[in-house]
Amino acid sequence: MTDIQTLIRAHANIPGGLMPLLHAVQEVHGYIPADTVPAIAKGMNLSRAEVHGVITYYSHFHEHALGKQVVQVCVAESCKACGGDELMKHAEKMLGCASKSTSANGAYSLEPVYCLGLCAQSPAIQIDDTVHARMNAVKFDALMGLNVKKAA
Amino acid sequence: MVTVYIPQDSAALAVGADAVVAALALVTKARGLDVTIVRNGSRGMLWLETMVEVATPAGRVAYGPVEASDVVGLIDAGMLEGKPHALCHGLTDAMPYLAKQQRLTFARMGITDPLSLDDYAAHGGWAGLKRAITLDSAAIVADVLDSGLRGRGGAAFPAGIKWRTVAAAQASQKYVVCNADEGDSGTFSDRMTMEGDPYMLIEGMTIAGIATGATKGYIYIRSEYPHAIATMNAAIAKAGTAGFLGANVLGSGKSFDLEVRKAAGSYVCGEETAMLESIEGKRGIVRAKPPLPAIEGLFGKPTVINNVITFASTPIILAKGAAFYKDYGMGRSRGTLPFQLAGNIKQGGLVELAFGVTLRELVNGYGGGTRSGRPIKAVQAGGPLGAYVPESQWDTPIDYEAYAALGLVVGHGGIVVHDDTANMASLARYAMEFCAIESCGKCTPCRIGSTRGVEVIDRITASQGDAKQVDLLKDLCDTMVNGSLCAMGGMTPYPVLSALKYYPQDFGIAK
Repeated sequence: MTDIQTLIRAHANIPGGLMPLLHAVQEVHGYIPADTVPAIAKGMNLSRAEVHGVITYYSHFHEHALGKQVVQVCVAESCKACGGDELMKHAEKMLGCASKSTSANGAYSLEPVYCLGLCAQSPAIQIDDTVHARMNAVKFDALMGLNVKKAA
Repeated sequence: MVTVYIPQDSAALAVGADAVVAALALVTKARGLDVTIVRNGSRGMLWLETMVEVATPAGRVAYGPVEASDVVGLIDAGMLEGKPHALCHGLTDAMPYLAKQQRLTFARMGITDPLSLDDYAAHGGWAGLKRAITLDSAAIVADVLDSGLRGRGGAAFPAGIKWRTVAAAQASQKYVVCNADEGDSGTFSDRMTMEGDPYMLIEGMTIAGIATGATKGYIYIRSEYPHAIATMNAAIAKAGTAGFLGANVLGSGKSFDLEVRKAAGSYVCGEETAMLESIEGKRGIVRAKPPLPAIEGLFGKPTVINNVITFASTPIILAKGAAFYKDYGMGRSRGTLPFQLAGNIKQGGLVELAFGVTLRELVNGYGGGTRSGRPIKAVQAGGPLGAYVPESQWDTPIDYEAYAALGLVVGHGGIVVHDDTANMASLARYAMEFCAIESCGKCTPCRIGSTRGVEVIDRITASQGDAKQVDLLKDLCDTMVNGSLCAMGGMTPYPVLSALKYYPQDFGIAK
């Protein structure tokens, strides 16, 4: 695993390097572990409060580990027009976790997302790094079943 | 040998394009057929994705929407010779949806391999930049000014005036920043540009750099667009190696470098000053203006900020001249706008047309009505901060001034269609809720007003339209419009008030 100091050194001299550094840390750990914050602050010549402020401002930075699979369901206008809200409710039921939470067994995190740029083919979802459009409950179940097998 | 085109745009990947490629490769190999698969951008007829095109002597023939399971049947039917099939649409260029468009910015889209420098050059690429390096700064700025190009991100500020301001500023360092934080639901033209024709954006930003004396550019791309980020990074690397970027752009002696910055899921970072804060590594909090970013922008230096489509429109202006571009459009809205047809629509996709087209032509003509087959109830133009347009205004030619006069928004050209099952009170409530989620928190009307807005709408619907609560909502919206620091709080009332005005029955108000 990449050492936090290596990442910090790689970003310390980039103007406005905190955001790229946080993305890099999250890339390695899946989230931004609390114990990396003091080192990040020191390395970037910022206060811990400033680093904490940035991490908590942006919804794509996470302070805690997410589930094995991260499922994002778009609930913005275009997807609402095509059943996005109903799909979110379906996902909550099928994955056993409420929106913005992780299932008890740690298998899934379910997140709302506000537009994936696939609005001509709504509703859209993203599973980890893969996007899927023209989604519905039946396709969703098939997709998740497939992915569960793959993960196991 | 037959060349087959299968898009790698996210819109195609999201409906199984990679599986179609795998199936085609497998079947053609097994049958000993000589086929080359090119991963192109998308033509923008997104209801037909995955749209497979086969090169024939008469031109490219389109098939779609193709699933991996269709591939064997298509090949049996003679797809590789362009023969008919239930999924065949004939010659792509003759399809009315495409043939009737005025594609200036999107001229290459779907035709080329996005990362092929040879393709880009063979289809008119770099002509604008090559002309720009022979001109002085004032002449480039004059072209952009004379073309009438206005900011395509939504604010519609004349691009040439921004460029002139930055060009005139004296500073040790200047910047060019591309706002690729395309957060509006119903929009995807920036994403398509970055994934499908990335060199066009690079060329436009480089022209801006040369025009203004800026030597460093940033492209701020939303984290919801991983494919766009990957494609832009690859394109920047290839353009640099080939000498289109770097210390000596095309041997001109001028320097320009580009860097992608990945956002992190904040809608308000699409506001230009919040975006600058974010690139500087801070919370994306909106700055008060003045100072204008053109005077004191990124890291306190003069900065040209434009949206993806604005920059992407400048190569053709430089290549073909301001008059060519200005010839399209109406009134003070010159050129073309890539409209994006989205939501509950039968033929969703990208439609680039000159200003002056009507919503009815777009939604019914190109879009073919709703996908559900039910009547259209509401059309939201201009993104989440745009008004719902009543049918009585669908015949107004789309023009920034004409729309503004009616309280409507052209914005980034996103058009979201809802059928008659939509509940407009619930959509109005969502507009306030979204503002509450995404508000940066700096100004009170937006931060507090959005939460109060959700509560008041709930009270209206619970009370079947209590007149006092309706007045309160209107009063609150007035405060947000006039008191907010940026468009987030300042325009959230547009969808709310238009929903209230045109669909009162959904709020429980007797019509």
